[in-house]
Amino acid sequence: MKPINALITAHNISVFKNERAILKNIDIQVNKKDFISIIGPNGAGKTMLLKCLMGFYKPDVGQIKKKPSLKIGYMPQNINIINTMPINVKSFITLRKKFDIISFKQVILETEISELINKQLSVLSGGEMQRVLLARSLLNNPDLLILDEPAQNLDISGQMSFYKLLQSIYTKRDLSILMVSHDLHLVMVSTKSVLCLSNHVCCSGKPQQIAEDPEFISMFGKDMANMMAVYQHTNNINQNHNNKFLIGEKNN
Amino acid sequence: MSYYGESIAHSSLLGVGLGILLGVGINLGIVFTCLIFGMLFLWLQQSKVLSTDTLLGVLAHLALSIGVIVISLNKIKIDIHAFLFGDILTVSSNDLWGMYFGVLIAIILMCYNWSSLLLVTIDEDLAKAEGISPLYINLLLTTILTIVVAISLQVIGLLLITAMLIIPAATSRRLVNSPEVMALVATLIGIFSVIFGIFLSVEIDAPSGPSIVVVSAVLFFLSPILATLLKRK
Repeated sequence: MKPINALITAHNISVFKNERAILKNIDIQVNKKDFISIIGPNGAGKTMLLKCLMGFYKPDVGQIKKKPSLKIGYMPQNINIINTMPINVKSFITLRKKFDIISFKQVILETEISELINKQLSVLSGGEMQRVLLARSLLNNPDLLILDEPAQNLDISGQMSFYKLLQSIYTKRDLSILMVSHDLHLVMVSTKSVLCLSNHVCCSGKPQQIAEDPEFISMFGKDMANMMAVYQHTNNINQNHNNKFLIGEKNN
Repeated sequence: MSYYGESIAHSSLLGVGLGILLGVGINLGIVFTCLIFGMLFLWLQQSKVLSTDTLLGVLAHLALSIGVIVISLNKIKIDIHAFLFGDILTVSSNDLWGMYFGVLIAIILMCYNWSSLLLVTIDEDLAKAEGISPLYINLLLTTILTIVVAISLQVIGLLLITAMLIIPAATSRRLVNSPEVMALVATLIGIFSVIFGIFLSVEIDAPSGPSIVVVSAVLFFLSPILATLLKRK
């Protein structure tokens, strides 16, 4: 990849807390139109890596370079909105954002929240809240969308529809996606490359390559690796299959 | 963090003592002591060794105790009771000008930083990711709280200031559905409570601070009825 396409580059970054390495010698580069999934066990430093890349945590060692005027949209796992704060969806989405009315309407349509726009934030369901958070992160037309376990609090059908939505946004818009996710089986279909993190980079590459990597297999087990390989394989043959069908097919 | 205000209020008695002892006046003493206390708290909170509640509990009562000790040891002749529960008769016309000035500064700071404060309240991580410095917001909050404590100490009393930080806002919450209107209605409820509280204290010869708090609490308990009436319209 040409360096001119690089949106954000982290070179050899490390973060220490209480003399323990949360992140150790991490190299990562996000290019234009990338779709990178970061996977790894709890405490692997996934969220810390995102914090470093977004610039609100300074790594103890290493450098992070951003393309000038890079616009990042961030979608957290959840927000701790307390019932003591009355605010409706529209005010929340537009709070502290610069936008024009056309892109506002477009985002509302894309994330399918037109019916929620006048509701109070405190009454939204989990899936609705995730779509609202996604809408907020898209409002200033970001070049890079960073998501931290976006579907963690959803049930399985909620997760699938969320990733489907994300996939369609990725296809329609000119943006890169960097996502932390545990939902390997659902993520693999859309993701272009995977970074497996366990304080250091265990392995990275295309999902198929990762599935064969010994370090990945030792961390997630043989079953998971097989499952990923199957997903990729089946997906390449028939793009129209949805995930649910694939799960059934695999079990047969 | 609702009790951050209470902790700052607790440290104000030390400010009163130091202000008189050093001859710089009560208000200046309060402002400096509360600011230093607030920053000490923020600095200790950064280290994340203790939970926020523990830290506030320790520091607030330590500051209050040192305040009482400083005042007693130096035999400063003030009515501690008046500072604990408020006594409107201790307010001079000079104090009133100080209050106007303080309120003006607090309002300007609030309005100027409104959207940032709002986002931090909704979600701190989201705010950080969108470029709001937590240090800036914490310093801002400390400054505004310090001003509020300094101007309301003599009327409400340091033990009851938290009530005026929480009750009008909680009352307002039930009646509105946007943060801006909530702030406005809370202010109006606060003003109403102060006027009627003082009126009550004159009528039954009660201390001003507790009277104001009682009025605002009555409004709080009436607010569900008011909310139902508003919705019916």
